[in-house]
Amino acid sequence: MWKFILPITAFIALAILFAFGLNPNRDIHALPSPLIGKPAPQFSLTDVLDPTRTVSNASLKGQVYVLNVWGTWCAACRQEHEELLAISQQRVVPIIGLDYMDERDKAMQWLKQLGNPYQAVAFDTDGRTAIDWGVYGAPETYLVDAHGRVVFKWISPMTAEVWSQEFLPRISAARRGGA
Amino acid sequence: MSGLARGPSPRRAAALGVAALCVLGVVGSGARVVEAAPAVDEYDQLEDPALQSRFERITSELRCLVCQNESIADSNVELAADLRRQVREMLLAGASDDAIFRFMTDRYGDFVRFRPPLETKTLIIWGAPFIMLALGGIIIVRVVRQRSRMPLDDEVPRGAN
Repeated sequence: MWKFILPITAFIALAILFAFGLNPNRDIHALPSPLIGKPAPQFSLTDVLDPTRTVSNASLKGQVYVLNVWGTWCAACRQEHEELLAISQQRVVPIIGLDYMDERDKAMQWLKQLGNPYQAVAFDTDGRTAIDWGVYGAPETYLVDAHGRVVFKWISPMTAEVWSQEFLPRISAARRGGA
Repeated sequence: MSGLARGPSPRRAAALGVAALCVLGVVGSGARVVEAAPAVDEYDQLEDPALQSRFERITSELRCLVCQNESIADSNVELAADLRRQVREMLLAGASDDAIFRFMTDRYGDFVRFRPPLETKTLIIWGAPFIMLALGGIIIVRVVRQRSRMPLDDEVPRGAN
């Protein structure tokens, strides 16, 4: 009896493990953010396009916004750029950029060439703001509500699908909850 | 740099790799396979040897989130260098080990620690080796018992003559 039950149980256990582990829709690098539901970390950095200007998220308190972490070295950021431009055209929420581990010249050139979807782009020279936000790669996109709390974090390039399925419902929920 | 970027294409391969690693991990549970050389920073060693040894221990217990099986002590990725700088600065500012670990888990979650705290959701991580050991023990006992009941090869079965 055991001769049958044991291998079959082991097989089922492995099958379940692999069904989760090998699911192509699951991003194995996407880690849950401990920041969800917590106040968004404050930053005050210079603007990529104008070093004399300050970009701070303190001034955004009271409105829902998106923070998009990117860098010119990041191929997946180039891939999502088109989509960010399309999203910014919708004018649903302001998109704030956080340029991470980058050089200012390259970032300026990138925005000039590919278009600028951002209301403002903060230049994180030494990666400290990124550490505060728990950034560990790019692109990463955060949604912050009107109370200044992080509501959602998306780790991967932005797509139209992700925007309409993951972001838009949360944005309207955030607006209903805290306007 | 490109090691930091994410795209959907390598995901499947990565998932397969992880599955293979999971199997290996179960087989060699607890064994550290790779002993990498520590990463080198432009900084000098900390002057205080006690601080330096705390620095080495803490950074070896924090996971580099880019190359997830390396510690930030071993990794040469820029994020690891940034986190080493952070640990250094906090040590020099007199922060306790707990405060440094808390700083990291507040931002990156428990996953950043190679030694996660023992709580309900990490019970399986801490319990798995013991469960594996118990299972292995049960199997060995069963096999040995079964074999000891079998006749030895050079023993002529009774009544064979």
